[in-house]
Amino acid sequence: MSDTHSEAARAIAFVRTDMLPEQEPPATTIGFVGWLRKNLFSSVANSILTVIALLFIAYVMSGLLPWLFQSVWNAGSLNECREIMNATWGDTHGHACWGVVKERWLQLLYGFYPDHLYWRVNLAFVLTLVAMAPVLFSEQLPRKMLIVTALYPFVMPWLLWGGSIWGPIAAALGFVIGYYAYKILEPIAGSLVAIIAAVLLPVIWWFGLSGLITGALTDLMPIGIEAVQSRKFGGFMLAILLGIVAIGCSLPIGIVLALGRQSDLLLVKAICVGFIEFIRGVPLITLLFVASLLLNLFLPPGTNFDIILRVMIMMTLFAAAYMAEVIRGGLAALPKGQYEGADSLGLNYWQAQRLIIMPQALKISIPGIVSTFIGIFKDTTLVSIIGLFDVIGLSNAIRADTAWNGIYWELFAFIAFLFFIVCFSMSRYSMYLERKLQTGHN
Amino acid sequence: MTAMTDPARESFRLSMLIYDTRYRSFTIQAVALLGFMLFGAWLISNTITNLQTLGKPVQFGFLLEPAQYDINQRLLDYNNRDTHLRAAFIGLTNTLLVAFLGCIAATILGVFVGVLRLSKNWLVAKIMAVYVEVFRNVPVLLWIVLAMAVLIESLPSPKDFRGDNATASMSFFDSVAVTNRGVYIPEPLFSRSLGDVHLLGDSPLRMDLSLDLLAIVLVIIASIFAIKKVNARATAIQNSTGLRPTTWHVNLGIFFVPLIVLLIALGFHLGYPELKGFNFQGGTHLRNSLTALWLALSLYTAAFIAEIVRAGILAISHGQTEAAGALGLRPKRIMSLVVLPQALRVIIPPLISNYLNLTKNSSLAIAVGYMDITGTLGGITMNQTGRELESVLMLMLAYLIISLSISAVMNWYNSRVKLVER
Repeated sequence: MSDTHSEAARAIAFVRTDMLPEQEPPATTIGFVGWLRKNLFSSVANSILTVIALLFIAYVMSGLLPWLFQSVWNAGSLNECREIMNATWGDTHGHACWGVVKERWLQLLYGFYPDHLYWRVNLAFVLTLVAMAPVLFSEQLPRKMLIVTALYPFVMPWLLWGGSIWGPIAAALGFVIGYYAYKILEPIAGSLVAIIAAVLLPVIWWFGLSGLITGALTDLMPIGIEAVQSRKFGGFMLAILLGIVAIGCSLPIGIVLALGRQSDLLLVKAICVGFIEFIRGVPLITLLFVASLLLNLFLPPGTNFDIILRVMIMMTLFAAAYMAEVIRGGLAALPKGQYEGADSLGLNYWQAQRLIIMPQALKISIPGIVSTFIGIFKDTTLVSIIGLFDVIGLSNAIRADTAWNGIYWELFAFIAFLFFIVCFSMSRYSMYLERKLQTGHN
Repeated sequence: MTAMTDPARESFRLSMLIYDTRYRSFTIQAVALLGFMLFGAWLISNTITNLQTLGKPVQFGFLLEPAQYDINQRLLDYNNRDTHLRAAFIGLTNTLLVAFLGCIAATILGVFVGVLRLSKNWLVAKIMAVYVEVFRNVPVLLWIVLAMAVLIESLPSPKDFRGDNATASMSFFDSVAVTNRGVYIPEPLFSRSLGDVHLLGDSPLRMDLSLDLLAIVLVIIASIFAIKKVNARATAIQNSTGLRPTTWHVNLGIFFVPLIVLLIALGFHLGYPELKGFNFQGGTHLRNSLTALWLALSLYTAAFIAEIVRAGILAISHGQTEAAGALGLRPKRIMSLVVLPQALRVIIPPLISNYLNLTKNSSLAIAVGYMDITGTLGGITMNQTGRELESVLMLMLAYLIISLSISAVMNWYNSRVKLVER
C-alpha cells in the first residue's frame, strides 16, 4: 500500500511545499477603476445608461452653474438686474438675480414682525432648539435640560406675542395646581377622585380665577414686553410656528385616537373612527376654510379669537388624524403575544400600554410618524390660501410688486431651499433614530 | 360534612359600575356618549344662535340661483346663466379630470423612477435619489405656484408665432402650440359623427355623451374580449399538444382592424390649432392652470410613488427569486408569477392612498385659478353668496364621497389579497 503511494509521489515531477505569496487582485477590480467597472460600466446596457446620465448631468449643469455663479446680487429691481447682466455678460438669460432675495430675505423669514423685535423671534427659535435637543438626543444630553422643554410651551408664545408676563405664568400655574391636586388627593381619596380633581381644578383656575388675578397683578406690577399682533406674523417663522405646534400637539392626541380606534368599547371606537375618517377624507384646505370662516360660528356668541390660533387648532386636528392611523399601523404590527404577555403579567390596560405596547408600537411607526411630521410642516404653506402671509403668500406679494414683477426662479429656489433643509434633516433624524433603536431582532 | 354550594350571588352595587371590569365599560361608554352628545349639542346650539344673529339661516336655495361667473376650462357645457349647483358640478368634473390625469402621469413616472433607483448603475440611481428627495421635501403648493409661474413667464406669447420673423414655432409638425396662454393640441373630429346623446335633461347634472366616443370604447372592449378568447384557445392547445400557436399577429389584427375601420367610417380627422387674430383657434385648449396643476401634482406624487415601488420590490426577499429559479421557471415567468404578485400586494395599498392624496391636493387648484370644486363651490360661489357654512359642508361632502369610495376599493383589494395568518 505504502509502496504504491511513494511510487505515485515519485511519478510527479514537482510538489510545492510552501504557499505562494498572496497576489494583488487585478488592477481593474480594485480601487477607483474597479469601482467604475462595477458600478458604471458592468455591461453594455449599463455603459449606455452611464453615458446618457453623464450627458443629462452635463446639460443640467451647463444651465445651472452659470445661473448660480454668474449672478447679480446688488440690484433693487428686476430691470436693474437685467441692465447689469447686459453690461456684464451681454445677455439677460441664464443668470440669477439674487437681488430679490438680498432685499427681501428678512421679510421672507419674519413676515411683518417689527424689525427691532427680531431678537425675540431668534431667541424663541434658539429656545426651540434647546427644548428639542434633550428629547431628540436623550442619551447624549443631561436630563436636566428637560426643564427647558417643560417651560418652553409657556415662554415661546410669550416671546412671540409679547404682552404681560402674568398670562403665561397663570397658564403654567394651572398645570402645577393639577399636579399637586393629584399628589395630595390620591392617598386620601383614591385615584379616581384625584384624577377628577386634577382635571377640574386647573379648568376652574384657567377659566374662572386666573383672569381676575392676572388682571389685578398686571395693574399692580405691569411687567411685560411689547405686544405684537398676530397679523404681523408671517414668512418662514409662521411655517415653523405652525409646524411646531401641530407636530407637538398631534402626537399625544394621535396616540389617544389610535388607542380609541383599537378599543373594545364600541361607542368610543365609533367616535374615533368617525373623527379619523372624516378628517382624512377632506383636504386640509377645507379645514382651513373652517378655521378662517366657520370656527367662530361654532363657539359661544361673542367669542373671537386669533386667526393663527384657529389655524393651529385645525392643523393639529388634521395632523392628529393622520398620526392616529400611523400609530394604529404600529399597534397592529405588534405580535399578539405582546398583548397576551402583558396580560399574563397582570398589568392593567394603561400599564400594559405604557410599559409594553406603546414603546414598541411607536418604535415600529417612527418612519411613518416622521413622514407625517414632514407632511404637516409642508402643509403649513396652505395658510397662504386663506390670506395669511407665509412664505408663499409673501412670494406672491413680491411678484406682484412692480420692481420684481416677472421674477420666479430665484424666489422659489430660496423658499424651496428653506423647506428642503428642515424636511431633509427631519428625515435624516428619523433614520438615525431607527438605527439607534434597532435591537437586532424583531 | 358541608354540601358544595355556589358562592352567594353578589348583589349589584352602584360602586361596581366603576370598580368591576364587567360593568366598567358600560360606564365609560355612557360617559363618553353623554360627553360627545353634550359637546355636539353645544356646537350646534352655538351655531344656530350665531347664524340667527347674522340673519343667515341654513338654506341651500342659493344653489339654484344663477352663478353669473364663467368657468374657462371645462368638460361639459356651461354658461354663466347656469346655477351654482351646475357650477359646482362642473368643478367636480374638473377635480376628477386633473386627478385622473395626475394619477396616470404620476404612476408612469413613479414606477420608472422607482425601478431606476434600484438600478445597478450608481449614477442613474443617484440622479433618481436626488429627484425623489428634492420633490418630497418641498411643499406641493410651491411646485404648483412655480409651475404656473414658469408657464406664464417663460413661454412665448401667441403673437411671437406671427409673421415672417416669428420667434416661436409650433412643435410636432406644426400640430401643437405651446404658448403662455396655454397649450393647444389637435382635437379629434368626426365628419360623419353619430352625434351626442343628452343625458339627464335639463338638470344641473346634465351631460352630453358623444356616441362616437362610446362606439370607440365599445369596439376596444370587444377587441380585448376577443383577444382574451384567442389567448385562452392558445392555452388550451398548448395544454393538449404542448405547442403554443403564435398569436401575436392575430391579436394585433383583432385590436387594430375593427378600430381603424370604425374610425374611417366615422370620418375621423384631427382639427389643428391655427393662429387667427391675436390667439390660436381650433384644437383643444389646455389652459396653463390645468397644465401647471397637472405637472406639479404628478411630479410631486411620482416621488412618493417611486419610494413605494422601490420598497415593494425590495420587500420581496431574494430567496423567492432563487426558489422560483430552482423550480425551473425562466426569469420572465419568475417576475410575472412569483415576484410581481407579491410586490403588488405591498405596493398597491399605499399607491391607492397616494392617489387619494393627489386628489385631495388637487384642491390647491385655487392657488393657480383652475376652477375645480374648491375654486367654484368653495371659491367664487361662497364669496358671491356669503353662504360659508353650506358651501364648506357641501365641499367636504364631495371630497368625503370621493375619498370613501377610493378607500372602499382599497379595503376590497386588501381583503382579497390578504395573507391568512393564525
